[in-house]
Amino acid sequence: MREPLSFRIFRTVVVVVLGLFVAIPLYVMLSSSVKPLGEVQGAFTWWPKHPTLQPFIDIWSTVPLARYFMNSLIVCVSATVLSVIVAIFAGYAISRYRFFGRRVFTGAVLSTQMFPGILFLLPLFLIFVNIDKFLGFTLLYQTRVGLIITYLTFSLPFSIWMLAGYFDGIPRDLDEAARVDGTTAIGALLRVVLPAARPGVIAVAVYSFMTSWGELLFAAQMTNSSTKTLSIGLQNYSTQINVYWNQVMAASLVVSVPIVIAFLLLQRYLVAGLTAGAVK
Amino acid sequence: MKLRLIPAALTVLAVSATAACGSGGSSSSGSGSASSGSGSASASAAAGRGSGATLTYWASNQAATIQDDQKVLGTEMAKFKKQTGINVNVQVIGWPDLLNKILGATTSGQGPDVLNIGNTWAASLQATGAFMPFDAAALQAIGGKDKFVQTAFKTGGAPGKDPTSVPLYGLVYGLYYNKKMFADAGLKPPTTWEQLQTDAKKLTDPSKGTYGMAMEGGSYTESVHFAFIFGQQHGADPFNAQGKPQFTTPGMVAGVKQYVDLMSNKVVNPSSVQYKNGPEAPGDFAKGKAAMLMSQNNADNTLQADGMKSDAYGVVPIPAMTGNKDIASFVAGINISIFKNTKNKAAALKLVKFMTSPAEQAILDKPFTALPVVKNGTVNYTTNKAEAAAFADILATKAVPLPLIPAESAYETNVGNAVNQLLAQAATGNKVSDSDIKAALQAAQDKMASAG
Amino acid sequence: MTTTRSRSKQSTDGPVPPKPARRPRGWGRATPYLLIVPAVLLELLIHIVPMLVGIWMSFVQLTQFFIANWSQAPYAGLGNYRVALNFSGPLGQSLLHSFEITAAYTVIVVGLAWVFGMSAALVLQRSFRGRGILRTLFLVPYALPIYAGIMTWSFMYQRDNGLLNHVLHDDLHLTDGTTFWLVGNNAFIAMTVAALWRSWPFAFLMLMAGMQNISEEVYDAASVDGAGIWKQIRFITLPSLRPVNGVLVLMLFLWTFNDFNTPFVLFGQTPPPSADLVSIHIYDNSFVNWNFGFGSAMSVLLLLFLLVCTGVYLLLLNRRSRRA
Repeated sequence: MREPLSFRIFRTVVVVVLGLFVAIPLYVMLSSSVKPLGEVQGAFTWWPKHPTLQPFIDIWSTVPLARYFMNSLIVCVSATVLSVIVAIFAGYAISRYRFFGRRVFTGAVLSTQMFPGILFLLPLFLIFVNIDKFLGFTLLYQTRVGLIITYLTFSLPFSIWMLAGYFDGIPRDLDEAARVDGTTAIGALLRVVLPAARPGVIAVAVYSFMTSWGELLFAAQMTNSSTKTLSIGLQNYSTQINVYWNQVMAASLVVSVPIVIAFLLLQRYLVAGLTAGAVK
Repeated sequence: MKLRLIPAALTVLAVSATAACGSGGSSSSGSGSASSGSGSASASAAAGRGSGATLTYWASNQAATIQDDQKVLGTEMAKFKKQTGINVNVQVIGWPDLLNKILGATTSGQGPDVLNIGNTWAASLQATGAFMPFDAAALQAIGGKDKFVQTAFKTGGAPGKDPTSVPLYGLVYGLYYNKKMFADAGLKPPTTWEQLQTDAKKLTDPSKGTYGMAMEGGSYTESVHFAFIFGQQHGADPFNAQGKPQFTTPGMVAGVKQYVDLMSNKVVNPSSVQYKNGPEAPGDFAKGKAAMLMSQNNADNTLQADGMKSDAYGVVPIPAMTGNKDIASFVAGINISIFKNTKNKAAALKLVKFMTSPAEQAILDKPFTALPVVKNGTVNYTTNKAEAAAFADILATKAVPLPLIPAESAYETNVGNAVNQLLAQAATGNKVSDSDIKAALQAAQDKMASAG
Repeated sequence: MTTTRSRSKQSTDGPVPPKPARRPRGWGRATPYLLIVPAVLLELLIHIVPMLVGIWMSFVQLTQFFIANWSQAPYAGLGNYRVALNFSGPLGQSLLHSFEITAAYTVIVVGLAWVFGMSAALVLQRSFRGRGILRTLFLVPYALPIYAGIMTWSFMYQRDNGLLNHVLHDDLHLTDGTTFWLVGNNAFIAMTVAALWRSWPFAFLMLMAGMQNISEEVYDAASVDGAGIWKQIRFITLPSLRPVNGVLVLMLFLWTFNDFNTPFVLFGQTPPPSADLVSIHIYDNSFVNWNFGFGSAMSVLLLLFLLVCTGVYLLLLNRRSRRA
């Protein structure tokens, strides 16, 4: 269909304004990461005068970035995998069964989205510390395990809700048929429903991973120097002898690239998952 | 249809909230078991006999990097083991984490055996009751309180109580000046505040990006420290004898004004109100962008890392206005404490004794650019004799402790942030009047009062 | 594992809305409960119990004198709440100020995020050259870890070496190039823009997903009837997106109102008063001033506020959709 002039103008404005708004900071991150320290400390320049890859080498020694990276990776991958599993079960129960307490459960889970993190930060800290005291060894407080459990729960409400919505969209006949063939409920879930719900599951995984990769408030309080994750570790570049802006930008880039690529590769699943699950 | 679930959620939440209100009282008695843990811990503490034990020691980050600290202390702990047979597991903790870690240990009752604290926290931490008081016997065990420099020993806790920390590394403020810039301008280091102001003006040339004074203007700790020091010069105490805040006395206001005026008079780079991490102001000074720097003596580390040679700068006491009290610093530094729940009290005392022995002090002060806190120690971290003499003199004769009250940390945050806001106001070109200062300090005082 | 036998298939069961229809007998009844047990335990451990503890804490004087022995902290009754809600007192006043700042911040960020997201989604709904690249580009801020994006903004806002002052002064000659963006009242603008940059792509993503649910046929039918693009947007796209909007605005509202990351990364623990969002205000009062009872009371108030807002919002939404 022919597009009227007004729409074409609208499109141009939107593309230019939003394009620049989004792209400029990304460009700054990229270009500053290849400048020597002197250049980022002086007045801003659009082009790096003496491009160098040195910041990408230095970031690993200025702060223990590799350790933070490993911590983040371990924590976020574990939290994501576990969160997806838990959400699949719960979402399936909500979608396929009518049971006493179903609405209360769903409601309670969803309402936790409303909790200000700050409200349960300190209590959680007290609870972790006391569980550890009870156990006699440090299991939760400032450990990766503690962080994994926390993060996996953070993404649960949205994940359960989205998956339940997604499962609703999968014809019940499918699993009924499998059940007639003598498969158990779990069997039907694993063999029939789950393959059909792949986009939804991927969407949920992407969402959980991103939630935990970017979390800051709990990471600030619930990690120590050996379990620190990237979100907190990156701040260490500014407490050094210099504020290494070039290294800050290089490190930001390094920690962003894997997740951005993963996100962009999987985004069509996320859109599909949202389309079928959450936004219906 | 999804949205209909949310009202259900709200109901659930409201119900659980009211249920919680009802149970509020009972849960406090229910969790009484938490305290029994500490009881058994102290019982077994008596059983601890020192040798053969392993201690956990949280050290603060004193050298340029944590790795450097680890190396220095590793060597010394090996020596300690040879002498006493006690193993020490040293964990060096960065400053941003330290207070949080201590807080966690305090709340849980599970902490290290021995730890370093910033001495300004001493009274606040003492109030938590998590640290072992050094009674007469404990002090005897670490070599007696008379071995310490008295001004430093006083920072161990609130007056009239057994201290819960003893000094470890001494730090004081001094006025660093760039020798070449002063010589080029035909100036001598200032001995009065008025001189300092005229010198600073002469040395300021914004077109060249050079300023008279460097300032860490976004750091609330720096701000409260100077508000305190200058207030003391004007004869003002932030707290009265009953420990109640009195921030709005004329002396307090004048003290804050003295600091903020540096910014109002444009002898400081306005950008420095964004400096808050610690290294920026020394960086400006080291690079010749500022002719003077008011800093604690461990700035040497940063200056040298930034490429400034130790003979390029001199140090004199921060001067007072003519006729005011000659106070140039408060007694800053690091203290060492023993965690109350330690199972190895005897061993912990031995470690404290070791760390505060004159021989170890002489070794540790060097890499950590610290002043000795034991008597008859010499300042040995610098080859710059004049600097060493100046700092030793400031600690011995021109330094007073910060208020030793439990509310000290609240004082630091409230007054420090108030002063930061005033600096920001001055930096953005707005005039800061006496009544602005008074109002800001009044607000800080009201916050403390209603929080108490 | 389960003895459930499937009942007669309900052939009328469309995909949406589902009727959870199974009524199992015997051991099969346990199946749904077994399925939700992990989720329930986790929610209890991480969300529910801590929230209850938080509520308890708001009724005691949990200050530095009691953190080592917090179970012995004296009961404060409504004392903490009284201080927080006494708007003529200094602490109540600063809480109220922080609430106002947060409300303004939320309205601006959510409003503009929706406008930006909607515009971009409408434009990208139709194919044109470069659509794929733009779509990818627009999603990047959302995919970036929050701190990486905000740190970049923080660099751009630097007074001496930042991009913003450079552009305003050297390129556009609008200012003298010495504006402070992270200090004073500008801090609010700086924070809002950075948050907007980060949140609008989420609106874009959700709205884009929503638009994919609208069938092509509706548009085709409309264009046969002679409706132009703007008419189609007004009478087909926007009304169809109403349910998505309901969820989207609520999520953006809750995230933005509870935002901690943006001010924390830009300003550290103590932001300037103009950027003192309520989350960081509470953090400051609990962890920097060590007054956890008071901090908890403020958090509970925040929760109640969000509860009321969400409730009213849903009520209005339901009424409107019933009328529609």
